[in-house]
Amino acid sequence: MSKAVTSTKKNTEQTETKDQIRVMICMGTGGMSAGAGDVYDAFNKELAQRNVSAKIGPRSCNIKRTGCRGLCAMDVLVDIEIPGFGLHTYKHVKAEMVPDIVDQHILELQPVQKWLTGEDYHKFHDKQQRMVMAECGIVDPESFDDYIAEGGYTALVKALAMEPEEIIDEVKKSGIRGRGGAGFPTGMKWGFCRATPGDLKYIILNADEGDPGAFMDRSLLEGNPHGVLEGLIIGAYAIGCSHGYFYCRAEYPLALKRLEIAIKEANEHGYLGENILGSGFKFQAAIKEGAGAFVCGEETALMASIEGQRGMPRPRPPFPAHQGLWKKPSNINNVETFANIPLIINKGGDWYASIGTEKSKGTKVFALTGRIKNTGLIEVPMGITLKEIVYDICGGVPGRNREFKAAQMGGPSGGCIPTQLIDVPIDYDSLMEAGAIMGSGGVVVMDNTACMVDMARFFLTFTQQESCGKCVTCRIGTKTMLEILTRITEGDGKEGDVELLISLADDIKGSSLCGLGQTAPNPVLSTIRYYRDEYDAHIKDKRCPANACKALLKFEVIDDLCKMCGICLRQCPVDAVIWKPKTKAVIVKDKCIKCQTCIDACPFLAIE
Amino acid sequence: MDTENNKECCKPEIALDLTAANKILDQYRGKPGALIPVLQKVQAHYLWLSQPLVEHIARELNIFLSEVSGVVTFYSQFYTAPRGKYTIQVCRGTACHVKGSLRILEQLAADLGVEPGEMTKDGKFTLEEVNCIGACGIAPVIVAGSKTFGSISVADALEAIRNFEEGA
Repeated sequence: MSKAVTSTKKNTEQTETKDQIRVMICMGTGGMSAGAGDVYDAFNKELAQRNVSAKIGPRSCNIKRTGCRGLCAMDVLVDIEIPGFGLHTYKHVKAEMVPDIVDQHILELQPVQKWLTGEDYHKFHDKQQRMVMAECGIVDPESFDDYIAEGGYTALVKALAMEPEEIIDEVKKSGIRGRGGAGFPTGMKWGFCRATPGDLKYIILNADEGDPGAFMDRSLLEGNPHGVLEGLIIGAYAIGCSHGYFYCRAEYPLALKRLEIAIKEANEHGYLGENILGSGFKFQAAIKEGAGAFVCGEETALMASIEGQRGMPRPRPPFPAHQGLWKKPSNINNVETFANIPLIINKGGDWYASIGTEKSKGTKVFALTGRIKNTGLIEVPMGITLKEIVYDICGGVPGRNREFKAAQMGGPSGGCIPTQLIDVPIDYDSLMEAGAIMGSGGVVVMDNTACMVDMARFFLTFTQQESCGKCVTCRIGTKTMLEILTRITEGDGKEGDVELLISLADDIKGSSLCGLGQTAPNPVLSTIRYYRDEYDAHIKDKRCPANACKALLKFEVIDDLCKMCGICLRQCPVDAVIWKPKTKAVIVKDKCIKCQTCIDACPFLAIE
Repeated sequence: MDTENNKECCKPEIALDLTAANKILDQYRGKPGALIPVLQKVQAHYLWLSQPLVEHIARELNIFLSEVSGVVTFYSQFYTAPRGKYTIQVCRGTACHVKGSLRILEQLAADLGVEPGEMTKDGKFTLEEVNCIGACGIAPVIVAGSKTFGSISVADALEAIRNFEEGA
């Protein structure tokens, strides 16, 4: 345990620098695309040019790259923390704003009020409980030392002093269920794999986050890769695995880069390798980059992919815990699950179990997107209601005359929660009852301009493309369902189509091998359940009530609703709108390219 | 048009320089699960996997050509047609869909004169749909080369691509 002692010593060394000024810049994918790279350079340049370190005395000023702190809608977010002066957060920071911030805030202690985040930012955080995401936005994801300074790897040190069975018991006690979607108890899964005899066992981290609309895992990997790695090492020790894989999508280049750095640094510091922290435990982890196949998120398909084959699922049993990767006992968990493990070890299973509901413990990270004011990443205790998430945390639905219609949860395997069920508590079982699933945590909010038939068609397009083709019902069934849905959205729906969809859905669900096929019809079934009237309007009246299905649109202004504001004229890319102040708009059909820009722009829903 | 492109770009490929491929193969030969990383690395160098390359890899790794072709065609990130210098990815994830990414895709396709999946005539771009790049907070998103453009409108997307230069 000699290494462990050095690491705590390092912690005390780091506390001496605690009175330094910290500038923390969000440099996740969201931040980067909003120009965080330029902002980072600008801070470095300004601090050097203005000779800031000389002016602020013995305290140093540390510019940190951090991961996503959740509120992508306000990127680039910059925190400035001056000891004794508190923490201030700037939103929408651009490089040209940096000189003023340095001059006024850092040198004169006069924060630039007009650029600071307001009430919205605080409301966004009030109802959240950030545990897994706590370090994202604070720790520098590309620095091992920084993670240690923030108290990282203490759980690993603690775990290595425990018996593996004790760890598994602690995880069982916590009640944590797999965060990948299905919600299988993690402790039990670990127990199965530990109990299987074998010298060589594998532990796999599933970061093949393929659900469109979900980016929790990406943000965790980008924001706190060491935290995830720590969970993986603890899992490996508890189960008795000597080899581990990170299976990460190639679409996440930044996450891959940061993981690679984390693994390299952990190796150098003795947290990975032959004799981890002097405990005699040996474990090695490697990255496997995905090659673009949604079905590889399914565990048996993922293992086939690591083996270098087509990523196609196989029947279970044998379960991976008995015969997984290269026919060896294997355990596979989601990124967020592993990220929770250090917390459970440090604070205990009982503490963890005290958060959440009776059957769903802990917190869950959700990615909130779509027609919502504060898009981004949130972490909330299980049992919170959808309404609190949508209105209190995320600020509701923006736009005049736009209102909440439904939230799609669980991506292509999930379903919709309609307005009338907005008070549903978020836990595995309540969501299932409502016809949606927890899934990996993607929540797409739709307003009254979203067509639910089109939504169902969108998801079927996805599952139909991603079906691996092994099971006939999934391969042909999803295609047939897609054809019917396409027909309906194009105005060629027939009487009896809805019944046919339901019957096909039953067959596909009942006779597909893996989760992809078994859940592919869910978005259709859920929209039929709550929005049957929209299906009927498409089929019988050849009308799209939300004015979203292009083929059913007339591109005409509804005179009664037009408030003569002229927005449609200004937005139209081809000048197909005739409008003068105080007259109603008219769309010239010969010129119109049917791009739907005017429909999106109209605040009064006056174009059909 | 596609086949014409193929032919044109295949000409220099006849004298395919396999040095880089062999270097990669040497690193992986005999290792379990080598096929996919080899294909990824080879493609990263050659930009796409031409038939001669696929055959070479199969021979060298001692795997049936049918099996290698099976893997190449299974994963969406292996390309069997020439690629433009830059790839434009239009994200078609749920959040982007709700925010109108289909319109961006259609307008870009029209502007560039290609269908999604195809390369422009000048070889500068390949236009591509991707399922989700996980940047839903800033939907709709397009990625051109290594640049990400978030919360982008149809007009801005057209503008960005017309003026696109890497590093600019």
